[in-house]
Amino acid sequence: MGNFSQLVYLVPLFPLIGFLINGIFWKKMPKNFGGIIGCVTIFASFCISLGIFFEVKNATAPFPPVVLFDFIQSGKLNIPFAFQVDALSSLFLLIITGVGFLIHVYSTSYMHHDEGMVKYFAYLNLFVFSMLLLVLGANYLIMFIGWEGVGLCSYLLIGFWFKNRDYTNAAKKAFVMNRIGDLGFLVGMLLILFNFGTLSFNDFFNQLHTNIVPASTYNWIALCLFIGATGKSAQIPLYTWLPDAMAGPTPVSALIHAATMVTAGIYMIARSGALYSLAPMILHVVAIIGLVTAIVAATIAIKQYDIKKVLAYSTVSQLGFMFLALGVGSYTTAVFHVMTHAFFKALLFLGSGSVIHAMGGEQDIRKMGGLGKHMRITQATFLIGCLAISGIPGFSGFFSKDAILADAFAHSPILYYLGIGAAMMTAFYMFRLYFLTFRGSFRGTEEQHHHLHESPAAITIPLIVLAILSIVGGYVGLPEVMSEHNAIASFLSPVVTNFGDHHLAPGTEWTLMAVSVVAAVIMIILAYSINKKPNFVPNTGLAKVLENKWYVDEIYDAIVVRPIEAFSRFLDKYAERRGIDGIVNGVGKTVRWGGDRLRLLQSGQVGFYIFIMVMGIVVLFGLSFFWIK
Amino acid sequence: MVLIFLILIPLLTGIISFTLKGDGAKALALISSILTMAVSAYVSGTNYTAPITYAHDWIPILGTQFSLVADGMSSMLCLLTGIVVMVVMIVSVNKTVEKPGAFYGFLLLSQAGLMGVFLAYDALLFYVFWELALIPVYFLCSQWGGEKRIPVTFKFFIYTFVGSLMMLAGLIYLSTQTQGVSSYAWGDIVRAGTSLSPEKQQWLFWLIFIAFAIKMPIFPFHTWQPDTYEQSPTPVTIILSALMVKMGLYAILRWLLPVLPAGVAYWSDTVVVLAVIGIVYASCIAIVQTDIKRLIAYSSIAHMGLMAAVAFSGSSVGMHGIMVQMFNHGITITGMWIIVSIIEDRWGTRDMTKLGGMATVAPKMAIAFVIISLASIGLPLTNNFIGEFMLFNGLFSGTEANHMVMMAIAGLGIILGAVYTLNMIQKTTYGEAVAMLKGKDVSINEYLGLAIIISLVLFLGVYPKPLLDLTSGIASMIVK
Repeated sequence: MGNFSQLVYLVPLFPLIGFLINGIFWKKMPKNFGGIIGCVTIFASFCISLGIFFEVKNATAPFPPVVLFDFIQSGKLNIPFAFQVDALSSLFLLIITGVGFLIHVYSTSYMHHDEGMVKYFAYLNLFVFSMLLLVLGANYLIMFIGWEGVGLCSYLLIGFWFKNRDYTNAAKKAFVMNRIGDLGFLVGMLLILFNFGTLSFNDFFNQLHTNIVPASTYNWIALCLFIGATGKSAQIPLYTWLPDAMAGPTPVSALIHAATMVTAGIYMIARSGALYSLAPMILHVVAIIGLVTAIVAATIAIKQYDIKKVLAYSTVSQLGFMFLALGVGSYTTAVFHVMTHAFFKALLFLGSGSVIHAMGGEQDIRKMGGLGKHMRITQATFLIGCLAISGIPGFSGFFSKDAILADAFAHSPILYYLGIGAAMMTAFYMFRLYFLTFRGSFRGTEEQHHHLHESPAAITIPLIVLAILSIVGGYVGLPEVMSEHNAIASFLSPVVTNFGDHHLAPGTEWTLMAVSVVAAVIMIILAYSINKKPNFVPNTGLAKVLENKWYVDEIYDAIVVRPIEAFSRFLDKYAERRGIDGIVNGVGKTVRWGGDRLRLLQSGQVGFYIFIMVMGIVVLFGLSFFWIK
Repeated sequence: MVLIFLILIPLLTGIISFTLKGDGAKALALISSILTMAVSAYVSGTNYTAPITYAHDWIPILGTQFSLVADGMSSMLCLLTGIVVMVVMIVSVNKTVEKPGAFYGFLLLSQAGLMGVFLAYDALLFYVFWELALIPVYFLCSQWGGEKRIPVTFKFFIYTFVGSLMMLAGLIYLSTQTQGVSSYAWGDIVRAGTSLSPEKQQWLFWLIFIAFAIKMPIFPFHTWQPDTYEQSPTPVTIILSALMVKMGLYAILRWLLPVLPAGVAYWSDTVVVLAVIGIVYASCIAIVQTDIKRLIAYSSIAHMGLMAAVAFSGSSVGMHGIMVQMFNHGITITGMWIIVSIIEDRWGTRDMTKLGGMATVAPKMAIAFVIISLASIGLPLTNNFIGEFMLFNGLFSGTEANHMVMMAIAGLGIILGAVYTLNMIQKTTYGEAVAMLKGKDVSINEYLGLAIIISLVLFLGVYPKPLLDLTSGIASMIVK
């Protein structure tokens, strides 16, 4: 084990220290100092992560887990606080600390005018800490600590501007929907513990081949963990919190709700690949849920007017693609798309932040237009992001998305056809967004027009770095027909073994690639021609349904939220007050009533007492006479 | 010998307190609670190897002895009692009550009773301390309580007293069944109970169980609790919810499970179902409460329901989880009540719909409130997570019927818990600021009290080993 890997505990420790400093001194500390602490701690973690990454890359044997201390120990149950350093976790470390650092730098400028800036950095550092625990944990429980920890930070940051009731509602919704998923995760963990007596990844995966349990057990465990993933990674049916989560500051959307936290579900399933490979039925479920989510979210994104909402639904849709990849058993491809998506989606969100900044807080794309003239860097980098997500050759998204579609085709062509449909919608809504925002003429107020400007360097430099990564990031996963060597797949191979055969004939693969590229280009042209001279009329028919997000929130409200509330009111008013407490009070009243009556018998007349006594003896005598008989 | 001080210190200072006036009583109570805390910490610290015992002749003619034993569970609960009462005294420093001599006197007497309950190794002695702990609470509640205190205290009194008498009857019956002369010693009671026929154990079970079920409380014996919590002055609410409910659970573990194994085996499925219903039922009702005190009262019923269910699941990890969670629940809910009392003091109301913006006007209080609330919904790296995880694990792998389904239903509590707790935070802490009627953010003594609570919440959440080690032996002893 290498030097850096021994020091792996420092990776989450630095952000924790940053959180403590910013959190304890948030009131007294100068704003800029809070930002510096935030950035420096993440950068330090990034440096160590880089060292760990190269050690893992050059390692010949897997590293043993790094045990810090006994966490929960009771009888045979022994769960240490331990970290796992391997290819999968070291790759995620780089994504989290690398993209995280860029977003921290960006935030120093973006949040500069906010009075809660130090508090903001405290939360952001706490988030990075939790996210690092999530990917570093050597067992499901430590992963779960990070899992709920990131949920907490998401809650705190969505509701960062806590005076606004809508924002805090969104925060609450995110937390509760995540908790529904977390219950699934918890049950999954308990099932593992019950059947295998361990939560450690290594022990559990090793036992999968020796410890024979019924096949249904694998299915149940896989299903429960997947329910957890649908909550955290915003899949049907638990996806509706993510669009609302856009209430948080834009860098938060980039870091938490695009690049890192929402990919936790993919990480968890890729990590548990050995389990899922034994539960093919659940893999089908994963693929179908992923695909349906990809399509549904894409349809909604087409008709959204809030720049961040478009990106939010786009994220949901892209996460769906990742689950599709997991579902067809190509775990490494899913991880590959997590990485490229982290680059281009963070780029797009930060770009939208730059736009919102220039527009003085305006997020409605109907009031934008022609911004490209005023903010060249933002425009250029945003365009790169759009090209990447649309799958134009040469950009990172092309390689990862195409790999997913090719694997889906190898699994079942119908998945491919539906997938390409979602990919076409992606190209359309992204370029609709691009044209409406950056091209054409400005549709906002005169004052906003006057205010338009390119953002400062702290914002544009992260954009440029992410744009470069959005281009080159794809070359680590060249398809089979282009290169013998797929760097990311071979890097991950010691940890993640794909399930099923995804080998395609070279001719087929070239054809699939050509089809998806042509389709994307057609959709871009279509988006251009429709939005060249935009004309916003109120939507009707299907368009209105899409603008209203298929009314899913309303449906959930009607079939879940309100019935529970009504049921609770019923319990409170009738079952509790009139029912149980009514009976208790009734018993009490009867006793009092009886007492009042009995008191009358205490008349004080001795003769009456003797009379009662004699009567009692007679009654007892009579009873015993009959009973003895 | 050291054990006797745990009872004597609060008992004597409590009696002296009645003669004092004003700040004198308050100072005496504070000093007394710190001393008791120190002794209980010493007892817990030296308890890792063997239990500490103390015995003295008491009423030999009844076969009863003044016998105290502090094993892992007892010393853990004594430590909890020591810490909680000390924190109560610390946060009370800047409060004024009428007739402070009597007020603090009753509080200390109650503490003496609690210590005795957790230490007694003799059934009759246990009963005496049980009543000693409860009776001062009746006075505290009826003299210093809220507007509806009289009917509420009456209900509380009748409810718990009926339970106590049934328990006394059960214990007396058991003592007559001991071999040779009648005896109340724990070991003799256990031998007497276990040798009874299963049929006898089955009806005797209810005689003893009802008292403990009322005290915890287990659904549907819980309706005294929200009213009593609501009407009691906050120090009393803390004693009730952090410590007295643990008396019920502790008594089940000490005086029911080992004594009537056949009765327990027969009825445990029923109790588990009741407890699990109680979790969902109380959580649902908590959702629609607007008074913070009632909300927390119902949330506490849900939390205790989980512990009660696990107590009858026959799982050793679960039993260990109960030990841990008894401590953690006591710590966390003490913090909750402290915040609630500060809110009531500063804003003059406990109605959530009339509150808001604490994060703006009183950020320190808001931070403490959020941390403690998150602990109460069992967020990882807070103390309650450890306990909850072990409890769910126990329920899931236990021996009760449909154990996995029971756990899944009980698990709904963690979703509903998030709903009502975050609602409470949102309504009180976020939103536009509502101005305080008087005072400022937390005062120094309140700050100190909350700091103790939050340190424990976080420390035991990250490193629960000390607590787990202290109670590991006893858990495996109860479940064989």
